[in-house]
Order: sequence, then C-alpha cells, then structure tokens
Amino acid sequence: MSTTRPESIASVRRYSASSLGGLGVAGVVLVVLALLPSLAGESMVNRLTQFFSLLILAVGWNLLAGYGGMVSIGQQAFLGLSSYAVLYLSLHGVLAWWGVPLAILFAGLVSVPISFLAFRLRGSFFAIGTWVIADVCLLVVAQIETLGGGAGASLNDLNGYNPTTVGNVTYWVGLAIVAATLTGCALLLRSRLGLALVSIRDDERAAEATGVNVARTKRIVYVLSAAICAGAGALLILENLEVQPDSTFSVQYSAFMIFMVLVGGIGTFEGPIVGAIIFFALQQWLASYGVWYLIILGAVAVIVTLWLPKGIWGAVDPNNRRSLVPLRHRVLLVQNAEARHEREGNQAP
Amino acid sequence: MTLLRLERVTAHYGHLQALDELSLSLDEGATLAVIGANGAGKSTLLSVVSGELRPSQGRVYFNDEDITKVEPYRRVNLGISLVPEGRHLFSTLTVEENLLVGAASRRRGRWTIDAVYDVFPFIKERRNVRAALLSGGEQQAVAIGRALMSNPALLLLDEVSLGLAPVVVRDLYVALRQVTEGGTTLLLVEQDLTEALNIASQVLCLLEGRVALSGSPQDLDQTQVVNAYFGRHAPPPEATSAS
Amino acid sequence: MMVWINAIIQGLLLGGLYALFSCGLSLMFGVMRFVNLAHGDFAVLSAYVAYVLVEHLGGTPLWTFAIVIPASALVGFMLQRLLLDRALIGGALSPLLVTFGLSILIENLLQQGFGANNESLFVGSLSYDSWKINNSIYLGRLQVIVFVIAVALIAGLQLFLSRSRPGRNMRATADNRRAASLSGVNERRVRATATAIALATVAVGGLFLAMRTSFTPTSGSNDLIFAFEAVIIGGLGNLWGTLLGGLILGVAQTVGSQINPADGILAGHLVFLAILAYRPQGIIASRYSVS
Repeated sequence: MSTTRPESIASVRRYSASSLGGLGVAGVVLVVLALLPSLAGESMVNRLTQFFSLLILAVGWNLLAGYGGMVSIGQQAFLGLSSYAVLYLSLHGVLAWWGVPLAILFAGLVSVPISFLAFRLRGSFFAIGTWVIADVCLLVVAQIETLGGGAGASLNDLNGYNPTTVGNVTYWVGLAIVAATLTGCALLLRSRLGLALVSIRDDERAAEATGVNVARTKRIVYVLSAAICAGAGALLILENLEVQPDSTFSVQYSAFMIFMVLVGGIGTFEGPIVGAIIFFALQQWLASYGVWYLIILGAVAVIVTLWLPKGIWGAVDPNNRRSLVPLRHRVLLVQNAEARHEREGNQAP
Repeated sequence: MTLLRLERVTAHYGHLQALDELSLSLDEGATLAVIGANGAGKSTLLSVVSGELRPSQGRVYFNDEDITKVEPYRRVNLGISLVPEGRHLFSTLTVEENLLVGAASRRRGRWTIDAVYDVFPFIKERRNVRAALLSGGEQQAVAIGRALMSNPALLLLDEVSLGLAPVVVRDLYVALRQVTEGGTTLLLVEQDLTEALNIASQVLCLLEGRVALSGSPQDLDQTQVVNAYFGRHAPPPEATSAS
Repeated sequence: MMVWINAIIQGLLLGGLYALFSCGLSLMFGVMRFVNLAHGDFAVLSAYVAYVLVEHLGGTPLWTFAIVIPASALVGFMLQRLLLDRALIGGALSPLLVTFGLSILIENLLQQGFGANNESLFVGSLSYDSWKINNSIYLGRLQVIVFVIAVALIAGLQLFLSRSRPGRNMRATADNRRAASLSGVNERRVRATATAIALATVAVGGLFLAMRTSFTPTSGSNDLIFAFEAVIIGGLGNLWGTLLGGLILGVAQTVGSQINPADGILAGHLVFLAILAYRPQGIIASRYSVS
C-alpha cells in the first residue's frame, strides 16, 4: 500500500466574472476621463474636478469608518492641513502642483502623533475627540498671520498661467489622486492588511487572538485615511485658489463624507463611489435652494442609518457577491480529485 | 392547577436549534428540577420562560394566559422572576438597593425586604455594602432575594450552585426550601444533582433540546437518570450490573 | 494679580454653565452608553424657541423657562422612544450617525428659518448688573444666578439618582441592563426619562447662555464640544465629576482669554488634550472607560 499525499481538492481564486468586468470598465473610464479636457468644455472639466474631491473624501472616510470601524468627524483636520501646506509651500517657492504630494506627505506625518491622542478614546468619544482636534488645528492655523490668519489667504502661485490650462492641470491632478486612491485602496484590501482589517471589523478580539496586531493595523488605516483626505484638501485649494480657516476646516466636510458613504453603502468598495455620485448630483440640483440640500442631507443620513443601513450598494449586493473589484478570496472545489486519488492508489506497487 | 405550560416549543439561537418541540406542564406549588448535560437546552428553556428568547415555534402559557410574546419585564409583573446564571447583580449598588430594585414591578405579597433578610440573615449585616464586594455565596443570596422581592408565583433559578462551595450551596437550598414552603412554584436548572433531586417534586432531564426523562425523584433510579443525562439507551444484555 | 483672580472667578462661574450642558450628556452615556451629537443643538433650539415666544408674547425671557423646559423634556422623551431607541439596536456606528444627521438637520433648519445672525435673549438689567467686590473683581448677577442654579440642578439630579425609586432603577439599568429588565424595570421608560432629563437640563443651559451672550444656528457645535470636554476632564460616570470638569474648563478658557483674547477656547482644548494624554480616565477616575 502506498501512502499518497492527498492532492489539494480546493483552489483559491482571487478574481470573479464581475470583478474582471469591473476592472475592464474602470480601465475604459480612466482613459475617457484622461482625454476629457480635449473633448469637453471648461465648465464640465471644473465640475468633474469638484466631483473628484468629493469622491476622494468619500473613499477616505469609508476606509476609516467602513473598514476600520472608526467613525471620525474630524478628517477635515487633514484636509485643512494639506490645503494650508500647499499654500505655505507656494509662498516658499514650490509651485502649487508640485506641492500637492508634499502636502499629502505632511498631513500623513502629522496624523501619526495625532493618532496616539485620538486612540485614547473610543466610539462616540473618539468621534468628538477627532472633532476637537480638528478644531484645534483650525484655531492654531488661524493664528498664523503669514498664512492669512483668521481672514484667510489666496493661492497666487498660478496666476501667471492661462486659466483653462490651470483648470485642466488641476483636473489631471485630481484624476491622478482619484486613480491612486482607488488603486491603493484596492491593493490594500487585497493584501494581508486588508484581510486583517476585515477580521477586526468582524470581531476585534477574535482577530487579536489569531495574531492580528489590532492597534498597529488601526493606526495604519488612520494614517492612510488622513493621507487620502489630505489629497482632497490639496485638490480643493487648487480648485478654489483660496483658503480660510473656518471654511477649510469646516465640519461640514465630515457631514458630506458621512452622507456619501452612508447612502452609497458603508464598508464596501463601490459604496463611496455610488454615494459620491448621488451627493454630487444632489448638490448640483439643489444649488439654488440655499441650505435645503444640507437639511435633506441630515434627514437622509438619519433615515438611511435606521432603515437602510447598508446603503444603496448594500441593497444591490447584500452579500457582497457581485464585487466589481477583485478583493475576495473564493475557495473552489476541484472536481474529480477523489477519482484521481483512486487511480493513483491502484497503480502503486 | 397548572401554572406553567409549554406547548411544543422550538427555540433557536441563529441557526442552532436549542429546543426541539418541547412540551411541559408545571403545577402550582411544585418544584421542578431540570437537569441535563451542557448544551442540552436547560438555560434555553429558562430563557423562553423568562421572555428573553422568543420561541420559533410553539407557545408558552402562564395561568392559562398566552405569554409567548410578552417581554421579560412584563412577565415579572405577571409573576415570573428569573435568577440568572452568574448572579448579575448591580455591582455599583448596595445590597439593599439591589433588593429594592427587585421590587420594581410593585407586586405585593409576603416578600418584603425584611422577609428576605429573615431567609438570608447573613446578608442583612452587609445591607449597605456595594454588591461588587460580596462573596460568591452572598451574591447568590442577594440575587435570589432580589427575585423574591417581586413576589413571584413562579421563581426560575439558573445554576444557583455554580462556583460555590458545597457548604454554601447547602445553606442556599435550605433557604430555597423555605421559599417553596410558602407556596412559590420553583423551576430550577441545576448541575448539582444531589441538591436538585433533594428539593424537587418533579424532575425533567433534557437531551439535545428534548425531554429524555421525566418523573418524580422517588420514582426514578440513578441508572435511569444517568442514562437519560448522557443519552444512553438501555444497556446491552451482556453488561451485568457492576454495583 | 487681581486680574488673574478675577479671571479664575469668572471661569468658575462659566464652569457652572458648562456643567449644565454636560450633566445631560453624562447621564445619557451612563444609562445607555449613548452620546447624542445633537445635544448642543437642542440647547440652541430651546434658545430659538424662547426667542420666538418673546417676540410674539413679549415680556422678559425669564418666563419662557416655564414652557421651554417641560417642552424639552417631552421632546427628549419622544425622541428616545421614536428615534434613538431604534438607533441603539442598529450597531455601534448607528447612534453616532443618526445623531450627527440630526445635528445637521437641526442646525440647517434653524439657519433656514432664522438666518445666520447672532441673536440674544435680552433680560434687561440682569444682563449687566453686578456686585462689585473690589476694583478688579465684579460678580455678574446673572452669572451668579446661573452658577447657583447649575449646582442646585446637579445636586437635585444626584439626589434623584441616589434616593428616588426611578433614579435607582436608572442606576440599575446603567449598571446591568439585563438584570434590570429581569427585575421588572421598564427599560424603555428609563431610557426615555434619561433623554428627557438630558434635554431639559441642556435647555436650561441654552436659555442661560442665550441671556449671557449670543447664539447662532451653529453655536450648538461648540456647546457640544464644551459639554464633552467637561465630561472627559471631570471623569465619566459621576455628576460631581462633570461639575468639576466644567469648572476646570471654564477657568482654562477665561485664563486663556486673559493671556490672549482670541485664545480662550484654544486654551480649553489644550487642557482637554492634556488630560486625554496624561489622565484619560478624568480627574475623578471613572468607573467607565472611554478607551
């Protein structure tokens, strides 16, 4: 009798039909968007840039809350710090567009010590704590007269260029940040870190028991989320060409982020994208009605949380089967493994 | 008369079936001991009677009234009180405050705070001590006393002896006998078979959510109980009794 | 020197007001582990209601207490029963998101209805009457009244919790929810009562704040932050701790203002962050942990 090592009867597949399709579509969309400035007018380009900043914020917040389980209402701190960093760099000779990656790096680095403070708190207290920290950033920045103090300042770096060119380059910067953010998140979620994240989300203690370093994982997510929001912040100053502490560090951005992710579907990859599209459409449609869109925002947040907790993407794909991005591990049984066993066994000497 | 009746109750925790079409009938004034191995469904049974778990199928009747869908705190008002496994005292409240909360349902009866102190004299001197600082036996006494303060017609007890020294358990059961002598119906889940069979007028042995054996303690012999407990059928013919 | 003593005294008086804002937050968290992010906005809402009442019916704003406080309690009760109870069963993120949405809703409805202007409740001479201690120290009459009422309310609340039957049931629910329900306590009513008390006390704070200074639709955010900071500084789970936290925060802000007029709020934030860094359980170490 021979002892045959049992053949593997299962294989793990990372791709599925829907996710390959999704990737294909994404590729096409990316190409189209890249070529857009030569196809469409200035107003369309500017509007899409605005949409990009919203999308980036939604993805960043979803990473922290939906995957990391940490609800923050203070991500605007990093948005603001990044905007002001671009301003600061431009005042010291760094052209605004080159300032973008540096500003993101700066905000990401600042988020590390901040995380040590913030992580002293949990749940609702963590949320308010992040808000306080954002408020502190606001108040401190408002003291810096060289950056405009309480009244704010303009970004004058790009005044020498043709406005249309500025608009287009800003658009491409935005597109690049969007692409980098989405790709980065997808890769992160595909990796071991992503698996650790999801395990923490499901059951923190069990995750700890299987060797996941919960504190470190959460910190990494916090910093990445900060960097993503910083990306949006850098884009925003390029769009608006001015900053002012109260509006740049406004908690309203958190309101937007929460709305987009809740409505789109928290904790899914596609959710923030859907949410950003819906929010952007809502914002455009209700632009002339003053603060009504915010009132609707608040009401929808309440309604969605209570009655539609998985958001729209969650309603479309409740069990997360039809993922448009290859994030999952799927275990498949190999057919005829047993038959093969027998055959080989019979052939033994 | 019949105080409690379960009719073909099936209960689930998620997908796990814990009770399988269980029926039982409990007369007023009786003391029913429910025994069985871990996972047999004993605590589930208590949860269904106390209202913490709603059955997926079947009905629960109390005083001929269908209480299947009644919430736990309302059942206390009706006269059902549970002493949960692990005591679950209000650790930041004193002994006396714990007992007073037990009277939240405002049911009148012989169980006043003084009556409770009479049955458990050793907690009276600790009346102003925070519950967290009590010993295991004292905590169990307070837990039972708290349940008594609602003057229940049916007192449910979940693993009263858990984690306690035999001497302490004996004292608790002496007190419980006083409770039954007052006319209160008892339904207790117990791992300590000796005490359980001693106090009970009826015994129910559960296995995998079903009744494996029922009867009064004097009618059942030890072999029957052990077989039912472990799910063993009648021993094969060649096995001679070793006792 | 006197200037600093005056700053401290003013800070203590201010702290009483902050304690009014924070005791409700502390209570709700104790009973339900729930933080209402719209807490401050309800204070502002009460102020606007009082404002409207005075506009239409005249007189001094002081009489509006008789209407606004009971109304706030009722609103709190219904809010918990109809909305927040649902949020509690939805999972960890749910209460946060619901109350944040509520906050946005209230702030912007107020903005839509009243505009973004500063409003105030004018109480005549009470606003500026003061007792003069010496040339540097003045005790504003209104400030002192607020302080006394704040301490009295907290003492009353503490008495309610420790001596009364519903208060005891509330403490029991905060301690062990399951056991409370098994003892016959109506949890829903306990929770709704806690929210009613929270909204009523924060309404008192809101009205007094409106009389002391001014308010806008978005000032609720700051009220929430101050309430939260007071709770953390003082330590959770203890009303006297919350009072102490309020006092410390008040003093931090006024002393900070004395150093640099624009830095008052920042000073408060920095004290809060320092406590967070070095003594996260609060001055009066709490039974509950925030971490």
